Amino acid sequence: MAHHNFDRFAAGPLWHNGPTPGGIYNFPGRQVEDSGRFQERSKQPITTGTSVIAFKYDNGVEKGVAIAADMLGSYGSLARFRDCRRLCKVNNQIIVGAGGDYADFQYVQSMIEQKTIDDECLDDGFSMKPRAIYTWLTNILYNRRSKMDPFWNNFIVAGMQDGEPYLGSIDKLGTAYEDNIIGTGLGMQLGVPLIREAIERKPLMSKAEAQQLLVHTMEVLFYRDARSFPKYQLGFITPDGVTISDPLYLDNQKWGFALYKK
Amino acid sequence: MSTIGAGYDLSASQFSPDGRVFQVEYAQKAVENSGTVIGLRGKDCIVLAVEKLVTSKLYEAGSNRRIFNVDRHIGMAVSGLISDARQIVETARAECANYRSQYGTNIPLKYLNDRVSMFMHAYTLYSAVRPFGCSVILAAYEADGPQMYMIDPSGVSYGYLGCAVGKAKQSAKTEIEKLNLKDMTSDQLVKEAAKIIYQVHDELKDKEFELELSWVGKNTKGVHERVSDAVYQEAERSAKLAMEDDSDSETEDM
Amino acid sequence: MAMMMNGRSAMSKFDLASPYIPSYDPTVPWQAEHRTGTTIMAVEFDGGVVIGADSRSTTGVYIANRVTDKLTKITDNIYCCRSGSSADTQAIADVVRYHIGMHRMELGEEPRVEVAATLFQDMCYNYRDSLTAGIILAGWDPYKGGQVYTIPLGGMMLRQQITIGGSGSTYVYGYVDKHFKPGMTKDECMKFVLNAVTLAMLRDGSSGGCVRLGVITKEGTVKHCVLGNELPQFFMG
Repeated sequence: MAHHNFDRFAAGPLWHNGPTPGGIYNFPGRQVEDSGRFQERSKQPITTGTSVIAFKYDNGVEKGVAIAADMLGSYGSLARFRDCRRLCKVNNQIIVGAGGDYADFQYVQSMIEQKTIDDECLDDGFSMKPRAIYTWLTNILYNRRSKMDPFWNNFIVAGMQDGEPYLGSIDKLGTAYEDNIIGTGLGMQLGVPLIREAIERKPLMSKAEAQQLLVHTMEVLFYRDARSFPKYQLGFITPDGVTISDPLYLDNQKWGFALYKK
Repeated sequence: MSTIGAGYDLSASQFSPDGRVFQVEYAQKAVENSGTVIGLRGKDCIVLAVEKLVTSKLYEAGSNRRIFNVDRHIGMAVSGLISDARQIVETARAECANYRSQYGTNIPLKYLNDRVSMFMHAYTLYSAVRPFGCSVILAAYEADGPQMYMIDPSGVSYGYLGCAVGKAKQSAKTEIEKLNLKDMTSDQLVKEAAKIIYQVHDELKDKEFELELSWVGKNTKGVHERVSDAVYQEAERSAKLAMEDDSDSETEDM
Repeated sequence: MAMMMNGRSAMSKFDLASPYIPSYDPTVPWQAEHRTGTTIMAVEFDGGVVIGADSRSTTGVYIANRVTDKLTKITDNIYCCRSGSSADTQAIADVVRYHIGMHRMELGEEPRVEVAATLFQDMCYNYRDSLTAGIILAGWDPYKGGQVYTIPLGGMMLRQQITIGGSGSTYVYGYVDKHFKPGMTKDECMKFVLNAVTLAMLRDGSSGGCVRLGVITKEGTVKHCVLGNELPQFFMG
């Protein structure tokens, strides 16, 4: 279809149809640098989100994927935006969670949104499956890193694929993998071991137990991640569909040991 | 050559001496050969209904649909050459997608109507192309209420409270005019729309047809969608019932 | 004198072997880019928005303009507050004003605030590597009432009930978090913005001068200016 062409998302040059900037100063006989030879592309993330964590659960009765991310948009060390939704519902069987540059995330989100609308317009009774989004995102991210202009994000794709929980992750280089437990950023280093240990102890988890574990992990991440925030959202993908919670707060923190004497 | 066009009907880029563009009029004829399509705009909902003529029993049921989603919030019902119409649908979809990517919001129906009308009109200007052999009805439920437009092959469009196009547009319009549209609820609209399609269907000339029904309104939270199976069956059942009542009363009259 | 400040000897100007070329040296104060090292702010209230800004434009440490108007009109009911490079933000505002003006004519009605915000975001995101622009967009439309959108450096866009921006804003996050209450009246918002911007101006060398305020409602926009010598007084120890 014609409108699947994503060129409309690509912008032209900022300055065109005019003289080269500084060109009028090029007096005869003087050599000037051709400014067009260099393209400035010193990209760095500006407003950033920290980790996203997610894992599959299945106890034979209840199964699905649980995912969580806090709602902070950091501006360097400034906790600037505290209502940034980083989990997005793609359709009734997929949630995408994002960390890293929030502007890039919004841009990718608008591409996904249009994809979903195209999909819904077909009205053929099918909808995108999580592995499709995972593969597509991998291509998008790898393509951009190959232009030396990456989307500065980590994405987690969580969903139900043909009735089974699905979980995959892609980083800004287009490196992608699937796993049962996934965390990005500090969530990988601090969160995943916690979840892994809890699941080893109790492999068959209900949704409620999964939620408890997820909240506990978010709490630990808040204790140890200097770019985290106690306001967060939970998402669940089950055979019944997708839910993303309203903002929640870590209101069960433990600080009492600060009073212990040596 | 010596027929009605008298040589002035070979190109859309040429007027006849009395100021007509025959190619456009022929395109309109193509629409009049097609199954009837109606749109009803009620209090807070619009219903689109199509009499889709099925020319062979060998076709799979539900294929070659004539009601399309153009965007989440916009529906399009088409009458005329289906392949022409599908190109209009694609154009409209691209317009919606472009608007969203540029302005970050849903395209207003009025604006989409302008764009699609311009597109269709462009095909009435050049000798290298022929006009679209289809009319389309656009419907959406927006902040200021339900909106509906119909565009014909000439590229002319109007906003409507109720509209009909296709084979039986005259009798359909007569039926629509009897309705008190602006007070009607979504459920009433669906039933009336189904009834009208059944009523105006010419059983002698066109044996088989499929009814298509969709709506967009407050009841669907502004999303355009085909009506649910339950609503569809209920509407179809009451339409058939009304037909039987009619034929009963006709025999009594005799 | 100017030549000396440029760090070049007068001789080199006439040296044919290496002709003097006027060069751009951002470390020399008066050659640096004009920046609206700024405090800007916007608050939503029921029925409209209040926007505010200081009035200082600096070129290095020199105040190039002490009565700048950083509240820039986009349409009758949409304004933006600019921070960052004056040239960049003015250029962006010009482009968006032109675009939205065309759009208004095509549409036949006043454009939505979020549409204007999307246009700003588009520029700021696509040219993020070339632009230094932090923009607050505020306005009123019949669909969503008073709205405030912030478009910071990287080109993200977020609607906020209240937002602050520019170099001065970092000094008053605490004040704003403490004193902002959802559901404030128009007058409360105006007082709040005046106090916050004044406090920021007192701590940020790149902000100062007057406080310009704007109130955008269904009825249109009313602009106010609190002069530099009539600002609220705070602890100065």
